[in-house]
Amino acid sequence: MKGLSVSKAVTALMLAGLVLLPLYSQLSGNIFILTLFTRIIILALAAASLNLIMGFGGMMSFGHAAYLGIGGYAVGMLAQEGLGSGFIQFPVALAASAIYALVIGALSLRTRGVYFIMITLAFAQMAYYVASGLARYGGDDGLTIYNRSDFSGLINLGNRVQFYYLCLACLFGVVFLIWRIVNSRFGLVVQGLRSNEQRMQAIGFPAKRYKLVCFVISGTMCGLAGALLANNTDFVSPAVMYWTRSGDLMVMVILGGMGTLFGPIMGAVVFLLLEEFLSQITEYWALIMGPLLLLIVLFGRGGIMGVLGRAGRG
Amino acid sequence: MLLVVEQFLNGLQFGLLLFLLAAGLTLVFGIMDLVNLAHGSLYMMGAYFAATFAAWTGSFLLGALMALGATLVLGIVLEVTALRHLYGRDHLDHVLATFGLILFFNEAVRLIWGPAGLALPLPAWLTVPVPILPGIHYPAYRLAIIAVALLVALLLYLGVMRTRIGMLIRAGASNREMIGALGINIKLLYTLVFGLGAALAGLAGLMQAPILTVQIGMGENILILAFVIIVIGGIGSIRGAFLAAIFVGMIDTLGRAFLPNLLRQVLSGAAASTAAPALSSMLIYLLMAIVLVVRPEGLFPANRR
Repeated sequence: MKGLSVSKAVTALMLAGLVLLPLYSQLSGNIFILTLFTRIIILALAAASLNLIMGFGGMMSFGHAAYLGIGGYAVGMLAQEGLGSGFIQFPVALAASAIYALVIGALSLRTRGVYFIMITLAFAQMAYYVASGLARYGGDDGLTIYNRSDFSGLINLGNRVQFYYLCLACLFGVVFLIWRIVNSRFGLVVQGLRSNEQRMQAIGFPAKRYKLVCFVISGTMCGLAGALLANNTDFVSPAVMYWTRSGDLMVMVILGGMGTLFGPIMGAVVFLLLEEFLSQITEYWALIMGPLLLLIVLFGRGGIMGVLGRAGRG
Repeated sequence: MLLVVEQFLNGLQFGLLLFLLAAGLTLVFGIMDLVNLAHGSLYMMGAYFAATFAAWTGSFLLGALMALGATLVLGIVLEVTALRHLYGRDHLDHVLATFGLILFFNEAVRLIWGPAGLALPLPAWLTVPVPILPGIHYPAYRLAIIAVALLVALLLYLGVMRTRIGMLIRAGASNREMIGALGINIKLLYTLVFGLGAALAGLAGLMQAPILTVQIGMGENILILAFVIIVIGGIGSIRGAFLAAIFVGMIDTLGRAFLPNLLRQVLSGAAASTAAPALSSMLIYLLMAIVLVVRPEGLFPANRR
């Protein structure tokens, strides 16, 4: 019981901190921290979406960054063509990610284990090369977005605080949705498939269809993160889809605690803050970050959430 | 005709180089069940060691030999200090831990050698063009790579198929508890296999170094190619890795060389020159996707050898 309360307390503190952050930023005049945390929240959203299939569904996608790119390019390309309305851009970004996830998922789910990791990686690399070849939209150099998505006065994405709260609302919405999915009949079937696919199939569940739907939901959520990310940086480039980016997302999920609701958020916050903090101490921050990841794997089973749980139990 | 022969040999050379990398990767994966993303870092270290030692000793061959030894030692140190604690853990743990190692190696290289790349100049006797067919010359160094890689492939094949250690390696790949129960020092065997894999990666890196610049992150692109190869060939299968590596090397090289012209026959010039680079980079991923869809276990699964 005590173990539960420690991780719950830390989670609640973190969420409260995220909600109150703009207030602190205004009072202290520290604008940088708001920009930094906007990025953290967007990537936390991406990590949460990956956790849905990886943590709950047992599908280790190593190509999740592709959706960041697809969502981002949907916004960027439409903006380039003069369609600046967010009411067009965001639905297109979500639909494009969903369609990509449907095609990729239908092919990838024929395999399992390491093969699944590799084939999702391969498809993401393909998306990377396609984006590099889009000469009209910047090719290798990427595409600058001159106007952020326009929500006709409803919300102003150019306003830092409003944009921050939009991202935070999206994150909370996605986490709520994941919570509902995981506890629904559908979610229980998917989790059952993770533990024993043969048995579930014997009971009569069409395994592949359930996994595919879950895969598509996850990809669509990550596409939302991509659309937000493009608005945040006013820029989108193939580099967003490079395979090490997918690795970063995986690291966030595992670091925070795979298969827990708030673990990926915790992982994103800790990973990106650590990166920021270490890069201020030394130019060679990765020299510390790398071995740190190794140590976390060796000694910190279950990620931060797991460690907090054990700390609570003493 | 000249171009076709030349590109064909380039493809063969690239494929054989990829085989060295993929062989180490598939040995480690097939036997120890370890997903080692840091394999590309060992390739990079091989290249950096070679460039450094060659500059010290003033001899290309001596530098290459020392670099080979250095990557072998580095691999053993890595296995003993970090990776041996990961056996039997989830594949995801491997991915995370070795991803951390990539960060570490890239940064360590930046610290030691600086951000700019290095060059590894070739000795004069390796830069001469060699006549291979009447009227067709091919660089001696690329021929040397083909020869060395073929020799290593042969030794590897004989070593794995004909020697006692090779027998233990194969036994370990199919049933690790059994060979431990037979009283074999499995820890030592694993360390040796990992060292061998590291040395193969180092060899690939040092041989590629004079052709490309030695630079940070050079292992990452090629690592993905190596993964593509072992997935196409069937994980854990050396024979599969060999055939798939040649195939991928050929397709990649020939695609880059001839696809633009082929596309120009069907598309307009502008469209062709836009699509060709993207399409030729995608070719092998497309190939892998097709193979996995048709045969999810790869073309030559290890358990059927």
